[in-house]
Amino acid sequence: MPDLPAILSEMFSYAFMVRAFIVGLLVSLCASILGVSLVLKRYSMIGDGLSHVGFGALAIAMATNTAPLAVSIPIVVAAAFVLLRISENSKIRGDAAIALISTSSLALGVMVISMTTGINTDVCNYMFGSILAMSRSDVYLSVALSSVVLVMYVLFYNKIFAVTFDETFARATGVRAGFYNTMLAILSAVTIVLAMRMMGAMLISSLIIFPALSSMRVLRRFRSVVVSSAVISVVCFVTGIVISYQYATPTGASVVCANIVVFCALSAARFFMNRTGVFK
Amino acid sequence: MALISCEGVSMAYGGHVVLTGINFNVEMGNYICVVGENGSGKSTLAKGLLRLMPPASGRITYGDGLVSNRVGYIPQRSPAGADFPAGVYEVVISGCLARRGFMPFYSKNDRQNAIYNMKRLDIESLKDKCFGELSGGQQQRVLLARALCSAGSLLILDEPTAGLDPMAAQDFYDIIDELHSRGDMAIVMISHDVGRALSGATHVLHIGCSQEFFGAREAYLASAAGRKFTGMGEESGAAPDA
Ligand SMILES: Nc1ncnc2c1ncn2[C@@H]1O[C@H](COP(=O)(O)OP(=O)(O)OP(=O)(O)O)[C@@H](O)[C@H]1O
Ligand SMILES: [Mg+2]
Repeated sequence: MPDLPAILSEMFSYAFMVRAFIVGLLVSLCASILGVSLVLKRYSMIGDGLSHVGFGALAIAMATNTAPLAVSIPIVVAAAFVLLRISENSKIRGDAAIALISTSSLALGVMVISMTTGINTDVCNYMFGSILAMSRSDVYLSVALSSVVLVMYVLFYNKIFAVTFDETFARATGVRAGFYNTMLAILSAVTIVLAMRMMGAMLISSLIIFPALSSMRVLRRFRSVVVSSAVISVVCFVTGIVISYQYATPTGASVVCANIVVFCALSAARFFMNRTGVFK
Repeated sequence: MALISCEGVSMAYGGHVVLTGINFNVEMGNYICVVGENGSGKSTLAKGLLRLMPPASGRITYGDGLVSNRVGYIPQRSPAGADFPAGVYEVVISGCLARRGFMPFYSKNDRQNAIYNMKRLDIESLKDKCFGELSGGQQQRVLLARALCSAGSLLILDEPTAGLDPMAAQDFYDIIDELHSRGDMAIVMISHDVGRALSGATHVLHIGCSQEFFGAREAYLASAAGRKFTGMGEESGAAPDA
């Protein structure tokens, strides 16, 4: 067993690690709590689609040599609007349309990249994430935006529950469900862009889906699921980043692996709870 | 002034008209039972009354007494699947939400209101259970408690007893009768359970893609449409609807 306090103090002696840690913690929190609603509203595909759009946007930013976050946030937010409309209006072919958009932006991104820089380390970082990719101004923007996401979520928590559980009732009693759906999509878009640098475009949607699914294996109330997703996500992030520091593995993949372990453990727990009759 | 008045209302989905010629008023204290065959447009009318869908033509006007966020509603289909993690209390108190406006959190008053309505429907013991894991009858009570939290003067129930066993349905109708007897709200109930639902109602609206009858219950039972629909017209030779 490696000496954990020693590893942590060594890790935090690097300024870039501290930055990565703070940003990672915040975006993991945002992704996991938004994930509960996205999974329950069957919007998980939107999260996946947005990450691919985000990759395309980053590729364009790289080609044109502009600030990556400043370019990709507006593009991904706009895509969130479009994807939300698609999945609301055409129930049957919604997922196909989303897959179409996400693969198109991926292809576009790859085209732009190969015509400009070629597949280099930067591109790999966008695909699979890197904590080194974050500049100081990126960090400030990330901290500010993810704080906004968290505050908005807490302020609108009750409304988010209502439109997630029963949108028709919410509408009928005068809650502006469309507004809150759009807000959910925008907050997700912002979170995905922020988390993409670290987790990578290919892996970011797991940060949204895993904690919520894991919590729902064993918990049966919305608030407990939200709180537990946040805790699971933070724990998995810390575990992932320590592993990635210690064994020089990519951060994103390490965090996802930690999430897989938690998911399997909770699924097993549910299995035994079912057998011993703790449920029902 | 009526709480809601419908004048020549018709409803359509994408240009396809499914309901026409609806004229009726909902007055305070009314208990209106909406009947009609499957697909006759009852749920669509409920959507119109709830402003979920604009009428294709005609007008639905709302009286001074009715503020949009003071309506109680029970949808025809249970909103969430069994795997949705939602506690009973969370569901019931979400009925208080519309009244909150832009205020983010529930007030003490809201929490008391939710508990009061749960006690009223005898579901306080289910407070910490998961909504999706309740029986159909228990779920219906929870949804009624939520509807009562949001209802000021109007309650719209879309087949609230569908899928309940006769005892549970009977209990449910007794609760509705009790609510109606207080006289401080109007109730619009869609039901296929013609015998029991009609016994408590003051008025009947019978629709079959257009309005076939609207009036007091006694008049409906005596009318041709009513005799046919409730199966009391057998002696006059009409084939009973199974
Ligand atoms: N979302 C929709 N899009 C298109 N057509 C619809 C939609 N919902 C209902 N309809 C059509 O409108 C008509 C009326 O449907 P509605 O659900 O109002 O019937 P209902 O009287 O409530 O029937 P039931 O007794 O089965 O509940 C039906 O012919 C149905 O096919
Ligand atoms: Mg119906």
